[in-house]
This record gives sequence, structure tokens and C-alpha cells, in this order.
Amino acid sequence: MSAAVAASGVVVFDLAASRLRDLNAALAGLTRETNFAAWRVENPRGEHAIAVGVTAPVSITVDGPVGYYCAGMNDGADVTILGNAGPGVAENMMSGRVHVMGDASQAAGATAHGGLLVIEGNASARCGISMKGVDIVVKGSVGHMSAFMAQSGNLVVLGDAGEALGDSLYEARLFVRGKVASLGADCEEKEMTEEAAGILAGLLRRADARAEVSAFRFYGSARKLYSFHVDNAGDY
Amino acid sequence: MNESAGPHIPRTRPRFSATFDREVISEIQRAAATGIYDIRGGGSKRKLPHFDDLLFLGASVSRYPLEGYREKCGTDVVLGTRFASKPIRLKIPVTIAGMSFGSLSGQAKEALGRGASIAGTSTTTGDGGMTEEERGHSDTLVYQYLPSRYGMNLRDLRRADAIEVVIGQGAKPGGGGMLLGQKITPRVAAMRNLPEGIDQRSACRHPDWTGPDDLEIKILELRELTGWEKPIYVKVGASRPYYDTALAVKAGADVVVLDGMQGGTAATQEVFIEHVGLPILAAIRPAVQALQDLGFHRKIQLIVSGGIRSGADVAKALALGADAVSIGTAALIALGDNSPEFEAEYEKLGTVAGAYDDWHEGRDPAGITTQDAALAARLDPVKGGRRLANYLAVLTLEAQAIARACGKSHLHNLEPEDLVALTIEAAAMAQVPLAGTSWIPGKTVGL
Repeated sequence: MSAAVAASGVVVFDLAASRLRDLNAALAGLTRETNFAAWRVENPRGEHAIAVGVTAPVSITVDGPVGYYCAGMNDGADVTILGNAGPGVAENMMSGRVHVMGDASQAAGATAHGGLLVIEGNASARCGISMKGVDIVVKGSVGHMSAFMAQSGNLVVLGDAGEALGDSLYEARLFVRGKVASLGADCEEKEMTEEAAGILAGLLRRADARAEVSAFRFYGSARKLYSFHVDNAGDY
Repeated sequence: MNESAGPHIPRTRPRFSATFDREVISEIQRAAATGIYDIRGGGSKRKLPHFDDLLFLGASVSRYPLEGYREKCGTDVVLGTRFASKPIRLKIPVTIAGMSFGSLSGQAKEALGRGASIAGTSTTTGDGGMTEEERGHSDTLVYQYLPSRYGMNLRDLRRADAIEVVIGQGAKPGGGGMLLGQKITPRVAAMRNLPEGIDQRSACRHPDWTGPDDLEIKILELRELTGWEKPIYVKVGASRPYYDTALAVKAGADVVVLDGMQGGTAATQEVFIEHVGLPILAAIRPAVQALQDLGFHRKIQLIVSGGIRSGADVAKALALGADAVSIGTAALIALGDNSPEFEAEYEKLGTVAGAYDDWHEGRDPAGITTQDAALAARLDPVKGGRRLANYLAVLTLEAQAIARACGKSHLHNLEPEDLVALTIEAAAMAQVPLAGTSWIPGKTVGL
């Protein structure tokens, strides 16, 4: 394993010299009380499954672009990606924070149960698909079918949203500042209640996003597809 | 004789159409009344080419049998020998298929775990996450990784003994799951992160990968998440078994699970169950061929399912090249599903014991396919587990009896050469000779 502890106390792991398996094994072996609280992964070079399944509350900085599923199933770590992220970044995250400094590919935050995913750039299609409680803030735009079958949690988009936003939505809340190309089945615009505005304001603050709450529109489930009914046959 | 009635003229007896038979007519009438498709549980009910259409030849002058009660006939199987550092070792090659908590009661899941553990085999979670009942009572538990990812979490992933990536199932290749509102109780809703009482539709595609190249990366992630310890299964519904098996191999699977259209579901459209997919008999040989072509037969294990009922079915599946089988419907029947004990209650539901398949409605008198606390309490998990263990023992003993008669010291030594087919269709599908001939349709010419 090519890891070294820098003078700053940061553990530096070079993926050009060591195996991904060794990195993930080292991170998986950390306890909540570990003294190795800060990690830096060098030369990620688009490799897949970097820093997956971390359960210790450590900070991990990945110094470059990553492939699929970076920080997948993260459960407590604070992961920062200094570059773009491939598909499924922070998929099924349970808790913690994942921060993408560039753009993210498809299915960012897919099925995630908790934690905060912040994307400084744009996210591609299916951002927040089947999300189950995560908070996602995208400072750019999101692609088509974002929040498809989203169950709970919050998706905040400072830019635009592609077609079929929130298709077959359950109870997730969607906030979009820009244009929405179209809404998916059973997704409708809702009145921005005080509660919703408070949630949005809190997320903007946590993501360090400079935007006015009043500039956003709020979308949620029309709940018309919650029971099978002949009149909705065309939407099933 | 009444003379005013005139001469007697014979009348044609009422004749039912073979095309529009009574079941078809009743379905058209139901559809016209409701406007929505019929939903039910279970697998295909139509007559299909199946293991019944095959026979073992047994020993003869040129084949030497084993003594039935003395000579050993091994039944163990190791699953996941390709990449996993901790492959699964089972005493018998009959496993319990994935069935969800939600579709089944907690007691039923516990009973499955108890029965499988007594028998020395594995059980499997389903589309609803892992419950303490099944983890606590299953010595070996396979954790399904499904498109919905309901209840999917890192802790359960790491405490599973194997992971099964579900791409499809035999009852509905290409379809997602359903769980209707009657069964979305507070506990089920909380596990799935859904509102209570809604008609839930599971996704049919995985949310974060598409196609075999992505699957390879997904399997890599699952291995990284679990330290390369656990066998990774890939489950497909039987539709294109040669290519699906080959692609699963390419993607890095340790085990391929192939489910035929007789395999059950908790709830799906009747039209889907009966008209999509292949019977398992037609799927095994192409899957085995793919493994052989790639040099992985017996190195990557093949588990087949869909209509396994007896030790003869187990032996036939293994002779065709499978390493193990899975049972679902048969396991539920062993627990008590469709028992004549509840005949009066089945009749109140408009059916009879043996035909009950409205598992999605949650009113199962046997307390198995339900979330109703009073009904679920009817199933004693200890007694149910014992019945399942008994049944698994019988499957194993029957398969051993056949294997010994064929001169095999292990169930895995059974081979296609031990089989013949009773019908041309079965001969073609199983790629064994039509009985009394050397003809394998599509393989050999003439009789």
C-alpha cells in the first residue's frame, strides 16, 4: 500500500502506485474514533468505486476526476472530489457529505437514504433517481428524468431541469430556480409553503449556494398514481 | 307420450369453445367490469414442457448402479468459487429463492430461515430489504440487490453471506415488482421508505447502471464495498439464457441464477406471467452451453429455478448441467400455503385450496403471503421451518435415489447422457434423445 502521513497529518494515498482495493480496505477498517481523520487520494484518474462504503466520520479529498460510484454507500464521511464525477456518485449514501467540485454524470445520488450531496457544476440525467431521503443541491442544471420515482428527501436545482422531472414521484420535494423542460407523470407544481421555504433556505445555506428562496419553484407528487385506477391506465 | 309435442328432435349439446373456454370468458367479463388487468401471485399455470417430459435411463449392462442404502452419494455444493474469498458451502444443492418481507409475513421469512438452516442450505431476501427474522434464523443468507433498492444499506450488505444482483425473474422478465396497498403496513412502508397503504410499483431497471459494461462496474463496487469476500450472484429471468449467461460471466459474476417462467411472483399481471419468458426446461442447456463455451462450467456455478417440485426435478436440473436449484412456490406450500386445512376460508375468497393465488391481496388464510397480524400469527415459524426442512430432506433423498440408480457417487455427476425425453419438444429443449431413439432435434439427423 502506498500511503503516507504528511506533516499536516493528512494520510496521502497514491492510486498510481497502489491498488483501489487497498484504499477501500484501509478506509473500511477505520473506526469512528480513528486519529487518521483526513485523507487525500492522489491520481484517481477516473477510477471507479473510489472511497466506497466509508463508515468513519473522516474527510477524504479526491484530487481529480473519478469514474463510477465514487463515495457509493457513504455512511458518515465527508468526501470532496476535485474534478468531475462519473455515474452514480454517492449512490445509496446513508449519511455524510459528498461534494463534487465539477460536473456529475448520470444517476448522481441514486437511491441515497441520507446525507448531503452538493454538485458545483451540472448533473446529467436521472439525478436523484429513486432517492430515499438524501438532500441534493445542484448549482448548475440537471438532465432528463431527474428525481424519477424519488421517494423522499430534497432535490435543489439552481439551474434548469430537463424533461420529465419527478416522473412517478412519491414524497420527495423538488426545488428548481430555472426552467423545467417538462414535468413527469404525477409531478405537479406546489405552493411554496413556509415549511418548504424553510427547508430550501436551510439547504442553500448548507451548500453555500447564493440564491434567493423566492426565485425557486416547488414541485411534488400529485399522488394520483398512488392507487391503481382505470382512469390512470395511460400513466402506468 | 304427448302427441301434440310432435316427433322428438335430438338437440346438439351445449359446446364450449376451445378458444373461448370458460376461463377466457370469465376473464373477458372481469376485464369489461373493471377496466384493469388481472393481478395475481405465483408462476405460469399453463401446461408447459417441463421436467416431467424427461426420464432417467438408470443403470444397465453398461452402467453400474450404487447400492441405495450403503454407498455414498454426495450432495454438497460450493457456490462462488470464482472471485469470492468466502464462497458459500451448502450441504444440499437446493436453495430457497428470494421472496420479500412485505410479500411474505415476518413469520414466514423466519420459517424459511429455520427450515433452510436445518437442511444446511441458504435462503434469500427479496424486494423489501433484510429483516432481523430472516438474518437471525438463516445460517446462510443471500441479500438481493434489486432495482428498487428498498431497504438497501451498507450494514446489511456486509452482514450478508452472498449478494444477488437481480436483473429479472422468471415470472416477469422485464417487469418490476408490485406490492398493493393492503400489504403496505407501517413496518413495510418504513423499510421501503414509502407512504403507507399505497399501491407500490418497483422499478424494472436498475437506477444507476445500464447494460453489461455498467454491470461489470457495479459488481466491482459491490466487491469493494464488501472486501471481495462475498459471492456475487447475477439473477436473470429465462429469456435469452445463452447471451444473458455469457454477459453475466463477462461482468464478473461468481454465480448465475436462471429463473424459468414457472417461478413465482408475489404479484404481477396475469398476462405477463403467462406470456413472457421461457419455461426452465428450454433455458438450462443454452446457459450451460454459454458456460462451456467460455470455459467456466462448474467454475461459475449455475442455479436454476422455476417449477422445481421433487427430487426428480432436482436430479434432472443437475443432470442438464446446473450446480444447484432454487425453490420458492414449493417452499411456501411446504410451510402450509394452499393447505386443505383452510378450505372453508379459501371458498370465502372465491377459490379453493390448491388454486389460491391472490397473494397480493394479503388475505392468505395460511398466514404466509400476508401482513395481517392475526393471519400471520397462524403460522408457527418453528413448525413451518420443520415442515420445510422435512421437504428439503425428501428432495435430497429422492435425488440421491435417482443418482445412485444411475451409478453416480455425487449428484453433480449426473449428466445429460443419463436422460431421454418423452416428447419431441422436450428432446429439442433439453437436447437429449427422444426416448427409444438417438434423435436430438436440432442436433442429430434422423432416427
